[in-house]
Amino acid sequence: MPEKPDVLQGTLALMVLKTLDLLGPLHGYGIARRIEQISGDLLAVNQGTLYPLLLKLEHEGAIASEWGASENNRRARFYRLTRAGHKQLQTETRDWEQTAAIIARFFAAKGEDLA
Amino acid sequence: MKSVKRFFVRLSKLAAGHHDDRRLREEMAEHLAQQRSDNLRAGMSPGEAHRQAVLKFGAAEAIREEYHSEQSLPLIENLLFDLRYAVRMLLRSPGFSFIAITTMALGIGATTAIYSVIDATLLHPLPYPNPSELVRVVDDLPGVGAQGVGISVPEWRDLESSGIFQSAAITGTGANVNLTGSAQPLRLSFKQVTPNYFSVLGVDAQLGRTFDPHDATPGYNLEVVLSDGLWRREFGADPHILGKALRLDNDVYHVVGVMPRGFRDQGSTSEEQNVELWLGAGFAGVPFPPPLRESRLRSRAVIARLKPGLSIETAQRHLDVLVDSLKKQYPAEYPAQTAWTVRLIPLSETVVGNVRQSLVMLFGAVGLVLLISCVNVANLLLARTSVRSREIAVRQAMGAQRTRLVRQLLTESLLLFLLGGIAGFATLFFTRKFLLRLIPESLPHLNDISINWGVLGFALVVSVAAGTVFGLAPAWLMSRLDLTGTLRQEGRGSSGSLGRSRARQVLVVTELALSLVLMVAAGLLLRSFWDLFAVQPGFNPDRVMAIETWLPGPNDPTTDPYQTATQEAVLLREVLRRSRTLSGVQEAAVGDEDALPLGHSQPSRLPLVQEGDREGIETKENQAPLIESPIVSPEYFHLLGMPLERGRLFTNQDLEDTPQVAVINQAAARTYWPNQDPIGKRVRLHLDTRGLSSSAEPAWTTIVGVIADARTESLADAGIPQIYRSMYQRASKEVIIFLRGQLDPSAISAQEREQVQAVDATLPVFHAETLGEVLSTSLSVRRFSMEMVALFAATALLLAGLGIYGTISYVVNEQRREIAVRLALGAQRGNILKMVLRRGLGLAAAGAGLGVAGALIVSHLMAGLLYGVSPNDLPTFASVTVVLAIVALAACYIPARRAMRVDPIVALHEA
Repeated sequence: MPEKPDVLQGTLALMVLKTLDLLGPLHGYGIARRIEQISGDLLAVNQGTLYPLLLKLEHEGAIASEWGASENNRRARFYRLTRAGHKQLQTETRDWEQTAAIIARFFAAKGEDLA
Repeated sequence: MKSVKRFFVRLSKLAAGHHDDRRLREEMAEHLAQQRSDNLRAGMSPGEAHRQAVLKFGAAEAIREEYHSEQSLPLIENLLFDLRYAVRMLLRSPGFSFIAITTMALGIGATTAIYSVIDATLLHPLPYPNPSELVRVVDDLPGVGAQGVGISVPEWRDLESSGIFQSAAITGTGANVNLTGSAQPLRLSFKQVTPNYFSVLGVDAQLGRTFDPHDATPGYNLEVVLSDGLWRREFGADPHILGKALRLDNDVYHVVGVMPRGFRDQGSTSEEQNVELWLGAGFAGVPFPPPLRESRLRSRAVIARLKPGLSIETAQRHLDVLVDSLKKQYPAEYPAQTAWTVRLIPLSETVVGNVRQSLVMLFGAVGLVLLISCVNVANLLLARTSVRSREIAVRQAMGAQRTRLVRQLLTESLLLFLLGGIAGFATLFFTRKFLLRLIPESLPHLNDISINWGVLGFALVVSVAAGTVFGLAPAWLMSRLDLTGTLRQEGRGSSGSLGRSRARQVLVVTELALSLVLMVAAGLLLRSFWDLFAVQPGFNPDRVMAIETWLPGPNDPTTDPYQTATQEAVLLREVLRRSRTLSGVQEAAVGDEDALPLGHSQPSRLPLVQEGDREGIETKENQAPLIESPIVSPEYFHLLGMPLERGRLFTNQDLEDTPQVAVINQAAARTYWPNQDPIGKRVRLHLDTRGLSSSAEPAWTTIVGVIADARTESLADAGIPQIYRSMYQRASKEVIIFLRGQLDPSAISAQEREQVQAVDATLPVFHAETLGEVLSTSLSVRRFSMEMVALFAATALLLAGLGIYGTISYVVNEQRREIAVRLALGAQRGNILKMVLRRGLGLAAAGAGLGVAGALIVSHLMAGLLYGVSPNDLPTFASVTVVLAIVALAACYIPARRAMRVDPIVALHEA
């Protein structure tokens, strides 16, 4: 089985925000499962690091939390995206797309084009 | 800026730390539970489900800790942790903690106590606004060796208009006045001041007003301001006191204001400060002498407030310029040989009186005690290393950094010192009333001494500083362990602990040296005091009582029933006659306040003008030397046992209308008529201005007798020149009645009052004391210093003894195996004892040597306080060293005996 590369911290935040944006309010375990799913099991998530990140995001105001009942009627914290989080998500998405586009141009460049 | 912001964010997060941590823990537990149940549903066994869940999750603890360390301030966190640990360690060994805290409480408590006295007396002596602007203006005539000759009214006016001062005021130095009209005639202390006095001080009345600064009445303006104390005591805090008429010395004054509670006049003695009445006067009209430039007002001080922002040096320079110009303008009044100068002295310096030296010495002494306490506690801390060496070694082996260890050990020391400091301060605070009663009353500013925030601050600062300095060395030494050796428990006393044991020995030697210094100081002071106490005063104070009365001095001399000496003589003779009829009285005499031996605070000095000296030039009055001049009745000398050497004493035939005569003492004869017979020589003494409205030329006074020297001014000084005049020739308003005989001190005051008031019912009679009491009061400040230093020395000795006991115990303990081996090999127990004792005495000898050197330095520094004993006094040094040796020996003996009784088998078996 090939080594699953580790996820960078900054990108994990982005993944969390996007997940919440796509699927609405989720509890911590749910977010972890979804990220695992979406990444197609290609990423090894050190799942424990999710929780400090969720706390940090909440302190920053990008997400908000409240208590609720999970599927098997256990008490869990549900996180949802705030307006500020939404804006942050949009900004970061744009930044990523820009970066990706620039890198793609570099990869696509051939020696002869640069004289 | 960003790092500062980060700091504050972390600080706030620190507070929220617990909350976040709990939440993380909860959510992580939830996640694991859900993962486990998912795994179970996927078909794993419970154990496998759990394991897989944990593996997938990652290291929960590590994650939490990492989050935590990012969020909080490790510094403060560690500090709190260290503190908690330190408290636990202190509680673990209560005996050690108790001794250490008590020792520090003693040291810091004593130091803080002395500091509070210094705070009140030396540091903040002036409770007025902007005290740094207040100065005293002193006139000197250095050309004739005269200082503080007093200012004249025109000079004062020049000062006011010079532009150097906001305003300048003339003030008396505390004189007496009779208040009549209440139940008993009262004698009170008052000051005559120019009307701008209170505006110079900057304090306003609480009721009514103070004097109008522009009031230009030349004499007394017949207004009086009362003190709050007087208002409450005698007038029951009557709100309608303003405008009330009071009779002071038979003159009618009206109350215009009451000063606030807690206001105290400036002055260096309690008498000056306890002034209760202020009378405004222009010093230029009746009853003052006419305001001529050369008529100086003696016993009057000038205080002034400098213009804001003007430094004293600059002001002094301006003043010197003014003085020069005045000297040129009035050459007749300022002859060149007198070299008239005017000095400015900060008022705060003049009001501390002569206790500064004693207080500084006391502070030095208590500082030594503090040092010894600190050294003792440092020693105790070091001793604990042998108990805790394993713990520290294990911690180092597990990876604790040296600095971390040092920090933690330092926290423990600091905690100890701080607790000691707080305990000392608390003890001081709760016993302050008791302690205040121990202080002699003649200490100025006694009422100002309080335990306030500044004092607490001082205690805390000293605790922290001492804790840092004296805790750092043991902490550093403790962390320098030989790891493997300690862990393997290779014999104690190995090289790893050599540094520590040497440090301990150095500390003990220092302790011994310091306590030797203190003991020498105490011994020298004790001998000084004893010698002073035992010195022959030159007069006989046994069975003599002094009772005071005061004759009124109304402003208009023509209304004075005792204006002339002849009129007063009638009163005095009658009082003396009646006094002799009292039971137990053998002799009676009267004198003025200067005639009370050792009992007057400021003797009045008059210029002595001699008739023709060797060059045949008559000395001018403003160049003449000043001499003390008590006034007495003829029986005085016999009553006090002052023998006549040459010539004769006063007789009842020396009256106002017969030629003026005087009696001098040997010192005066030696000083002013060396190698001549003073009998028959004539002098002129400037007369007291009180009661005299005309500036009549005083008559010549002839010297008729010489008496032996007596220590009536100061027990320490025998040769102060004095010239006595007769009460029947020269009247004085202050009358002290001296009685000798088998007297009952409690009853005599009432009896005498009866007799005096039978002659004149308006005269107050007060202050009955025996001359023995007067003598001991004059020594009270010295006695207090001596007692304090002796107390400190005893404490220091005790602490040093404990220190040596501790060290030798430790050494014995360390060397148990060695001793056991020796005993097993056949050494005599007596030899063991001697070995240990020798060790201890070696330390004592080193300490004594160092101490003697230090003591010599200190004794030379305090030579000014000693009397009759030289700073190198051999008996004191020798006896103190012997005492130290005995104490050291005793302290070594107990551990030495313990060493002697070591059972070799048991000791060798001890792992």
